[in-house]
Amino acid sequence: MKICVLVKEVPDAAVEKRINLSTGRMDRSGEKNLNPYDTHAIEAAMQLREGGEVQVDEIVAVTMGPQSALRALHKAVSLGADRSLHLSDDSLAGSDVAATGYALAKALEKESPDLVLLGQQSDDGECYTIGAVVADHLKMPSLTQVIKLDIEEGALRLERQAEYGYDTVKVRFPAVISVGDAINEPRYPSLKAIMGAKKKPLENVTASDVGIDPSLVGAEGSRVQCGEFHAPAAKAVGQIIEDEDTNDTVEKIVAWLDERKLI
Amino acid sequence: MSDVLVYVLHYEGAFNKNSLGAVCEGAARAAQIGGEAHAVVVGGSDLNDDLCKTLGAYGATKVFRARGPEGLAQPVVDVMDKVISEHGHGYALFGGGLLGFEIGAGLAARKQAGVTMEVTAIKAEGDKLVAERPILGDSQISVSRYQGDLGIIIGRINAFELHKAEGEAVVVDIDVEYSAFTNQAQMISRGEQRGADVDIEGADIIVAGGRGLGKAEGFELCEELSGAFNNAAVAATRAVVDAGWYPYAAQIGQTGKTVSPKLYLAAGISGAIQHKVGMQSSENIVAINKDKNAPIFEFADLGIVGDLNKILPKLTEAIKAKKGA
Repeated sequence: MKICVLVKEVPDAAVEKRINLSTGRMDRSGEKNLNPYDTHAIEAAMQLREGGEVQVDEIVAVTMGPQSALRALHKAVSLGADRSLHLSDDSLAGSDVAATGYALAKALEKESPDLVLLGQQSDDGECYTIGAVVADHLKMPSLTQVIKLDIEEGALRLERQAEYGYDTVKVRFPAVISVGDAINEPRYPSLKAIMGAKKKPLENVTASDVGIDPSLVGAEGSRVQCGEFHAPAAKAVGQIIEDEDTNDTVEKIVAWLDERKLI
Repeated sequence: MSDVLVYVLHYEGAFNKNSLGAVCEGAARAAQIGGEAHAVVVGGSDLNDDLCKTLGAYGATKVFRARGPEGLAQPVVDVMDKVISEHGHGYALFGGGLLGFEIGAGLAARKQAGVTMEVTAIKAEGDKLVAERPILGDSQISVSRYQGDLGIIIGRINAFELHKAEGEAVVVDIDVEYSAFTNQAQMISRGEQRGADVDIEGADIIVAGGRGLGKAEGFELCEELSGAFNNAAVAATRAVVDAGWYPYAAQIGQTGKTVSPKLYLAAGISGAIQHKVGMQSSENIVAINKDKNAPIFEFADLGIVGDLNKILPKLTEAIKAKKGA
């Protein structure tokens, strides 16, 4: 079985995120890192390989993004992927969710995976939907926010929390599954794996290499046009107390609650 | 002139409140652009005529009903694809929630349409609809305009107000041949409740715990504090419920409950959007977190940056003493 893991480079959690108001796009300058949610997807792939219920021949990390996204692939490889595929093309810049999902699906088609895994959301775009877009293009079943993944009778047995409680779903391969952060505790890469990451095979492909229709990607090909922003209705700023003397802090909290007749 | 097609989720013979809100919103916006709102439902025999007709009271003139598996997104994508292809709806609308995200995204791929999620407001501009979505931790509102034949709008939980009037919708049955890949997924069990059945919805005061509690036993601190108040209950975030620290019935947020108590005291909760949507209408929000950059401080009325293991026990004692005084 071949598993492809979709990964993404995102601004480091410590970097304040902002929109470049002239382009309407996320300002992606500054320190970057592998999307933390994606590490759970890589870990899930590793656990499938180590679990032995299915034979995992290969784990391939796949990303779309500028040249710098290479670092996310190195990180993914250090966490256990065998090789990586980098889709990079100027024509893809500014793609919306639907266009990005289409482009990723075209890159994945080239690999013909049995299973595509991804994290439940990207740390920067606050969007939980890319897996479902990719799945429909690949004509594969899909489930998102999965917190338990097992193999049973050659199929996936998946659990997740949905609107009315926990659901258990059986999905036959091939499939696209996004995993929640409760599914596992990702391992730390070994020093050896970090050092060796750059030596693992990496393939660079362009949009035309994977047969992407240029009219369906980029800012022009996106069906959602963003670029107008405004500030939300102002909310009164709350009071912040830094706890230095806990007795004093607690006194202040009690006074605050008492003032509002909450005790 | 465009009609709006609204997906309505249901479970055990009852429609989802957020879906009904979306029907109301769809009807109001469709009227502004010279169209109608239609609903689409997919499921089993509990979707009877009487139940489906009630969607008229929320503003749907027609209900497209397909028999199919429940609780999964892809059957609904197949159904909506067919309905939209045959009837030419200009917009597809969802009330939010996990299935709404999945269906909306799958439909975007199928129909080469634009999709916007977490939408908190929809406005009419001429004969088109635009969607407003908060981004970057709700610090900015981004406006989405759609190109092409179809625009997909996925609301944020509780974004659309629900109001009921008179009226019955016409029920139209449709036959759909499901895609081969849709049939690769099969629901084994749906809506399983994990952990004890607790009631948090009637409480005036909620003490909620998150990952910052450190371990399941950390909830004892929340329970003791809750016990010091009158009519208080303990609630939890999805992360700790999934980790098995606290029962699902006490979960607040996107896939849990929505509450608006007089006081919401969040202990060790970062305040991710999925949690915020379930508690932001609380009258007073107090947050205790050791990370001063936690998003919850952006919308808490009183924020305490500090160690909850030190603060909660003393706060419990102080409240007991205050009440005793």
